Amino acid sequence: MCRLSAITSANFVSPMENIYALETMKEGHDGSGMGLVLKDLGGVFKDLKDYPILSGICNEKGKIVLDEYMKAQGFKLLYEWSPDIRPVKGITKRGHYFARVYDYPQEYKEKSHEEKETLLLFTRIILRQMGEDDGSIIVFSFYPDIVTLKEVGDPLALGEFFNLETGDLMAKIILAQGRQNTNYSINLYACHPFFIQGFATMTNGENTAFVPIRDYLKSKGFIGYSGYESDSEVFTHILHFTVKRLNIPLVYYKDIITPLKSQEIENRPDRDALILLKRSLRYLTIDGPNCVIGFTPDGTCFMVQDAKKLRPGVAGGIPGKYCLMSEVCGIDRVIRERDKTKDVYPMKYDMVIIPPGAGEILVWNQLKADFIMGYRENPINRTAGVIQ
Amino acid sequence: MKLESESNQLTLKDFPYIVQWKEDRCKRCGQCTSICPVGAIKPSVKMIRTVESEGMLPQPKVRVKAIHIMEQVKDMEHYCTGCAMCQFVCPNEAIEPVYNPQNRFFHFKNTSGEPYRRGGRRNDPNPSTLDRIKFTRISMLTDPALDAGRHEFRIRTYLGRLLQPHDLPLVSAGGRIEIEKKDTFIPPVREIFPVIIGSMSIGALSPPMWEGLAMGVAYLNEVEGIPVVMATGEGGVPSRLLKSRYLKYFILQIASGYFGWDEIIHSLPYMVEDPAAIEIKYGQGAKPGDGGLLMAQKVIKLIAKIRGVPEGVDLASPPTHQTKYSIEEAVAKMIQSMSMAFGFRVPVYPKISGTKTALAVLNNLARNPYAGALAIDGEDGGTGAAYNVSLDKMGHPIASNIRDCYLELVKQGKQNELPLIAGGGIGKKGNLAANTAALIMLGASAVQVGKYIMQATAGCLGDELNRCNICNTGKCPRGIATQDPKLYRRLDSEKVAERLVEVFRSCDVELKKIFAPLGRSTELPIGMSDALGSDDAHMAERLGIAYVC
Repeated sequence: MCRLSAITSANFVSPMENIYALETMKEGHDGSGMGLVLKDLGGVFKDLKDYPILSGICNEKGKIVLDEYMKAQGFKLLYEWSPDIRPVKGITKRGHYFARVYDYPQEYKEKSHEEKETLLLFTRIILRQMGEDDGSIIVFSFYPDIVTLKEVGDPLALGEFFNLETGDLMAKIILAQGRQNTNYSINLYACHPFFIQGFATMTNGENTAFVPIRDYLKSKGFIGYSGYESDSEVFTHILHFTVKRLNIPLVYYKDIITPLKSQEIENRPDRDALILLKRSLRYLTIDGPNCVIGFTPDGTCFMVQDAKKLRPGVAGGIPGKYCLMSEVCGIDRVIRERDKTKDVYPMKYDMVIIPPGAGEILVWNQLKADFIMGYRENPINRTAGVIQ
Repeated sequence: MKLESESNQLTLKDFPYIVQWKEDRCKRCGQCTSICPVGAIKPSVKMIRTVESEGMLPQPKVRVKAIHIMEQVKDMEHYCTGCAMCQFVCPNEAIEPVYNPQNRFFHFKNTSGEPYRRGGRRNDPNPSTLDRIKFTRISMLTDPALDAGRHEFRIRTYLGRLLQPHDLPLVSAGGRIEIEKKDTFIPPVREIFPVIIGSMSIGALSPPMWEGLAMGVAYLNEVEGIPVVMATGEGGVPSRLLKSRYLKYFILQIASGYFGWDEIIHSLPYMVEDPAAIEIKYGQGAKPGDGGLLMAQKVIKLIAKIRGVPEGVDLASPPTHQTKYSIEEAVAKMIQSMSMAFGFRVPVYPKISGTKTALAVLNNLARNPYAGALAIDGEDGGTGAAYNVSLDKMGHPIASNIRDCYLELVKQGKQNELPLIAGGGIGKKGNLAANTAALIMLGASAVQVGKYIMQATAGCLGDELNRCNICNTGKCPRGIATQDPKLYRRLDSEKVAERLVEVFRSCDVELKKIFAPLGRSTELPIGMSDALGSDDAHMAERLGIAYVC
């Protein structure tokens, strides 16, 4: 089973905090790998927020191919960060780990955000294809203010391997998942968290509805809906499809992946629209045991459970810093001084939402179609962008 | 016996069933001969000659005596159908028909140049493709299997066209979505149990059979909360049902004879509920390219009134809709006309027989915004009357037909837009839920079942060794497919209703027992082909599922 550790904070934090949290949850994961996605970056990337960052791994051959391709496309390398790799027992260095900051090609500099996003997505997918056969290039993300690191090994050992204590790599939102996809053969593309155009999720569970959902997403004719080395990747793409492509508020992600029963919908104020949405997106209903944690481009973080709540998940913290984790011991490791009575264990109808800035913790209840925690005390936050 | 003049006569070995009669158990009550629906057995008197000798020395005496026996008739007009009603009524278990695999029935069952006609389904007793599919993706350890008895399961499907998400007339305002006020056509959709009772007409079925099913359906919906719908077949329904609130549980069928539609159209202003759907029958799996046929003996007063025809005449529906020469135009118009008649509030869908050309039909319907679904009836579908050659040799198996159609919809991104309804041979070996689940995972949104329902609820005797299968004659010994009061009095409609409820309740549980170990409960696992496996490599390759051995 995967273990999940997400931190959202008003101030920059080190990914080591996530890793220490994962370490406390070690009984639940097998230490077989780790994925990190960092958003709203500090450290060495603090002043490079407007430029896309390509995160990945390559060997010498791949490096040459990558450089040639990026140059040919007109991308100009502004800065490259590479972890100061330290030899750690049990971890095999794969090649050159990098997070490269590029400037857009000249002809894209004045183009819209959408056009730039499309370019970055295409570029990432083409680079992946170029390196997929011989493993010479692996790319995880190519997006402004986002860095991704993934490798096989124990999370704590990987923290040492990547030398993450230095403070080079800091961020306000960090998703960390502790486990390679050991259900199948090891493939870094199967490692959570998954990222697409500003959206990221990681999952603890197994999505038994994977094949019909994958087929549905692939049939939508969007190039980004590809890959699928893991059944969990569809959670990220459903989020992207919902919020970005259909322009539906984030809280409806819950209604799409775990829809209410017909009689439950009857009591919703938006029932007529919701019935249409549920029917139309029937294929995006997830199944099996799953706890999904993710973020959206504006920096909202969330946690949502499958309809049966068969996976653990808890959220807690203090204003300015909140954690969304598989187990409470992980939160204890990061924010010991919080009021534990305010920790939230989301149940089948709940969606935990932490708005950008990590000011407070909110709980959206799908059945009531309202916030049952957070906005009651602070109704003004309705305008915070979460449900807009 | 003079063989020179008797050679053209048939031998018992030519017949599909040979009646085994035990002289020592028979009390000569005559119940077997009187109940036999085809007169295949008759009482007879035979002479027995024995030679006996008593005492120490041979002193042979010839004794001749007359005995009463039961004799099987060696006449193709009165062949034993194997229905076993004789065994059913025999108080002493003295008689039973036994299947004769060496029979040459088809060699001779064409007297007067009339090919063999019958009811039932394709006579192939081997396990079908559906019965060779297993569910091999068991959730275990990597993800916990669900508990069929404890977790909530949603075993429902949609009947009717579903809008693509981009076509939904929705707007977001204040964090909430609502329906935008504009003239977007939102197709009507019903939420139903994924097993539909397939089209069996009120003329083909006896009054207690049809009433029993109708009562059972109402009970399932209103008491059990299982939203089962039932298709009527061609021929309409009684006026009082059309005007009742129960109409919502029925799919009205229009076929090439348009029988019953005068009554339906005239009842429109008085309907208090819409029907579940309208099925336009273009084909039937049991007899592709053939029309419907209700034999004259079934066209009694009630049936004649509902259908708007004279009593006692053969009612043949043409093989094709005479006005429907083009799918692009005429079929589209018919779908629109039927939609319009019910104010665009009722899903309208065509039913075709399984065919290699199903993809062409599918593609046309995929482009028709008013088409509510596509029902495909495979070669193992049943009928009340058809030529044996049509039943046995014509048509397409449902499994690969539905799979091809589903994958084509996936290619177009329309797998959730146009529901596929699969029929033909479901429950042939009694595996109603397993066959249903297999078809759903191959891509069907729902299935339609007829023959199994008759067998399970009313004890229909028909099987794939051509047992009984005389629905076409109006002499159904169970009282299911007959309009003869002497026969249908044997059937208790309340018992039929009870059995129907039992069948659907157990099917509901069995579906959960299949879906739970697969880790599926929240939504019907349509297209979940990764769960399926077959022990036949070619079959597996054709269907795009795993080969397991």
